[in-house]
Amino acid sequence: MPRLLRRLAAAKPLVFALALLPLAGLVLRAFGDALGANPAEALIRGLGDWTLRLLCLTLAVTPLRQWTHWHELARLRRMLGLFTFFYALLHFLAYAWLDMGLDLADIVRDIPKRPFILVGSTALLLMLPLAATSFAAAMRALGAARWQALHRSVYAIALLALLHFFWMRAGKNDFAEVGAYAAVIALLLGWRIVRRLRRRAQARNNRARAGAAASASTEQGA
Amino acid sequence: MYFHRDRGFAQPAASEITPQSVYQSRREWLRHLALAAAGSSLGAFAARDALAAPIPPRAALEGVHSDIGGAQTMEKPTAHEDATGYNNFYEFGTDKADPSQRAQSLKTQPWTVSVDGEVKSPRRFDLDALMKLGAIEERVYRLRCVEGWSMVIPWLGWSLSHLIKAVEPSGSARFVQFVTLADATQMPGLGSRVLDWPYVEALRLDEAMHPLTMLVFGMYGQVLPPQNGAPVRLAVPWKYGFKSAKSIVGIRLLAQQPGTSWEKAAPREYGFYSNVNPNVDHPRWSQATERRIGEDGLFAKKRRTLPFNGYAAQVGALYAGMDLRKFF
Repeated sequence: MPRLLRRLAAAKPLVFALALLPLAGLVLRAFGDALGANPAEALIRGLGDWTLRLLCLTLAVTPLRQWTHWHELARLRRMLGLFTFFYALLHFLAYAWLDMGLDLADIVRDIPKRPFILVGSTALLLMLPLAATSFAAAMRALGAARWQALHRSVYAIALLALLHFFWMRAGKNDFAEVGAYAAVIALLLGWRIVRRLRRRAQARNNRARAGAAASASTEQGA
Repeated sequence: MYFHRDRGFAQPAASEITPQSVYQSRREWLRHLALAAAGSSLGAFAARDALAAPIPPRAALEGVHSDIGGAQTMEKPTAHEDATGYNNFYEFGTDKADPSQRAQSLKTQPWTVSVDGEVKSPRRFDLDALMKLGAIEERVYRLRCVEGWSMVIPWLGWSLSHLIKAVEPSGSARFVQFVTLADATQMPGLGSRVLDWPYVEALRLDEAMHPLTMLVFGMYGQVLPPQNGAPVRLAVPWKYGFKSAKSIVGIRLLAQQPGTSWEKAAPREYGFYSNVNPNVDHPRWSQATERRIGEDGLFAKKRRTLPFNGYAAQVGALYAGMDLRKFF
């Protein structure tokens, strides 16, 4: 297994190609007239679905790495995150172009009318600084602590994306698919919370033990 | 901008029309290409709609030309494949592809429609007897869905007024209610809480008596397919599509305005009248424009929606003096 994982660096181009496949499928179906009766709707929703899937994959990298100790997985995180942004941007552009005819005035009127689009647009805007600071120089410029604090906003983005999808389906009271994504995201964020709480408890224990040892030694000294 | 030699009519020469077999094989080829590119399992998942089994053919149904004003739009009818594959019929699921996939086993024989309430002669019609109540006409109506898309459908049926006259409404009859089938053994969508079942709709009596209001038994020269509301449905072309109830089992004349399914589910969003109106937006989206299914290409700008879906000349008088923002 470790040898396989050492080849993960070589797997990067493979993951890159895999992440482009959904787009290739959608584009080919669009040109092949195979997107059904309402191709614009199918394309916009298809891009949205893949944004959510890639977001889940991105959020899965760290828990998977901690759980399996396959630390090479971390190399895939930035690429998956950037692909999430890429699909989200295409999702928005497809809406703006195919649904709104790139009419900025229409878009500005439409967004407050449809709060779920406002929520989705907010998530996309929050992704901008993350994408902009995804390269090594930006990381160095920011410093690791600040960079990490900034990139924690991905949790808010995930919740906004979920709300966007929930709200969009709320008109039809159709929450089965939303529930599946919610479960995955809850699992991935829950993992982080549990881990953090455990670490905190462990630190407290350590401090307590250290304190007890210290007071024991002072007693001895007295 | 395209410049055509003037042929005197806006149709391509026969020699320029791509034969069906050629374009179908082209589409087939591209579908396979898409499958290959996307990898077999991913591709099959992605193309699950495109590769769905074709809809079985229905028995032929003929109609005579209709002379009712507004009954013959010259717009191009929507492709049969789209009109029978992209449907809202929540009793079979909320996805547009659900009805065509899940409704095929709907039993439409035997089928009875009871007509009662504020009438002098209530009756219970067997489907065959009901169909013979009027001469089947073919009418090409625009259909505007409240969701913002539209189609053009050649329906087969006759004016609902024939049926209402046959049961002799009493003086107190003011509204007509339509009750549709709710059979959990046949309709998997009834398990969802989207709406209160059975789906009910209603019209004011004068709306129901308008000649454009049609009781429909077929479309595209065939009896209605299940996903489009077999064996008998309504077509009210100047109202949003959900007013045209599908798979009707009861018609009741009432003195008081009844609630309708969507009105009960979301009273702020769906009113009793639900006339197509570009000036009154749905609270969650604009109704100013619409996408014509199969005609407005991927990059085409959406077309303007017309008041009363373009039937203002025929039905506008029904609403004279009414505030259409209040009675939406």
